[in-house]
Amino acid sequence: MNLRSDLGRVRGLGSAKSGSHHWMHQRLSAIALIPLALWFVTSLMSHMGDSHGELVDWISSPFVTVLLLALVTSAFYHAKLGLQVVIEDYVHAEMSKMALLVAMKLAVAFGALLGVVAILKISFGMA
Amino acid sequence: MAQFTLPKNSKIGVGKTYDHAAGAKRARTISIYRWDPDTGENPRIDKYIIDLDKCGPMVLDAIIYIKNEIDPTVAFRRSCREGICGSCAMNIGGTNTLACTTATESIKGDVKIYPLPHMQVSKDLVPDLTHFYAQYASIKPWLQSETQPPPDKERLQSKEDREKLDGLYECILCACCSTSCPSYWWNSDRYLGPAALLQAHRWLVDSRDEATGERLDNLEDPFRLYRCHTIMNCTRTCPKGLNPAKAIAEIKQMMVARNL
Repeated sequence: MNLRSDLGRVRGLGSAKSGSHHWMHQRLSAIALIPLALWFVTSLMSHMGDSHGELVDWISSPFVTVLLLALVTSAFYHAKLGLQVVIEDYVHAEMSKMALLVAMKLAVAFGALLGVVAILKISFGMA
Repeated sequence: MAQFTLPKNSKIGVGKTYDHAAGAKRARTISIYRWDPDTGENPRIDKYIIDLDKCGPMVLDAIIYIKNEIDPTVAFRRSCREGICGSCAMNIGGTNTLACTTATESIKGDVKIYPLPHMQVSKDLVPDLTHFYAQYASIKPWLQSETQPPPDKERLQSKEDREKLDGLYECILCACCSTSCPSYWWNSDRYLGPAALLQAHRWLVDSRDEATGERLDNLEDPFRLYRCHTIMNCTRTCPKGLNPAKAIAEIKQMMVARNL
């Protein structure tokens, strides 16, 4: 039996005093991804028939390297913010929610690092 | 995880059919969700075939006719019968609305009536709104001001500032919007829901209120405010034609504004 008052139950642990940054960053990363994704697709199409060497040369130019890094990091960051909301929405058992959130963040960070290292290695001619 | 099927004791069975439309020109079947906590039986759908010429034009008139003339055991809430008290909010023809302002003729085919979705049912069409009201209380729906009003007159508000409350003060807390919101279905333990947030916005934009910052602090939470994913069911269903989704979006804008 729960004899806690209704208002006490609603107030719970109080406001987390966060959430607006998550909301802003989700929108900012979405906006950033529009030009980045368009640029990525159109450049891939214009490099369709390139040899391996030509493609490596293209990636190594600082402008392209930075744009690729921006694309990979903002895509994974946006994915992290979105997946977090999905898990919070649908997973209600406290322990599995925590475990899933941590696992998801580690997996997304791993993917982002993998992408960044791969781009840098190609860009610095180490691949 | 989210539950996608009804628990065993909530599965809805077939109930009785009452034919009260002998010789009727405008016969109509009204299907009503029935559940009685005292019997221990599963909920069922009872069908009442009535003559629309023998009752008033609204769905509430039809339900009152059924209770008076056919089956006095049907439980439902009603009070003002003119869309201002919010008591007769229920799910009619798949949409949360007020039975008293919905014309029976506006529903095509059988009129299917259920209690507001995803709430604990007390009996038949009566949902338990205790938590919903506590959430409303938690946003402190009253004027908070340290400045004393002038001793000889009321607190003044310009016409422009008063107009900011239009589209907000009309809310009658019928709970149609909150109980239509999937985010509220899954997370109403922590998400305040569109009705409480529209009311919160009503006090956030009141030029006489001095607790705007504290009010925003109280809402700045991944669940209380940010479970709103702009699904817009709230705005679509509001029987008063209000726009809770817009009110919530404006709260989110205020959150950003005070961070920049």
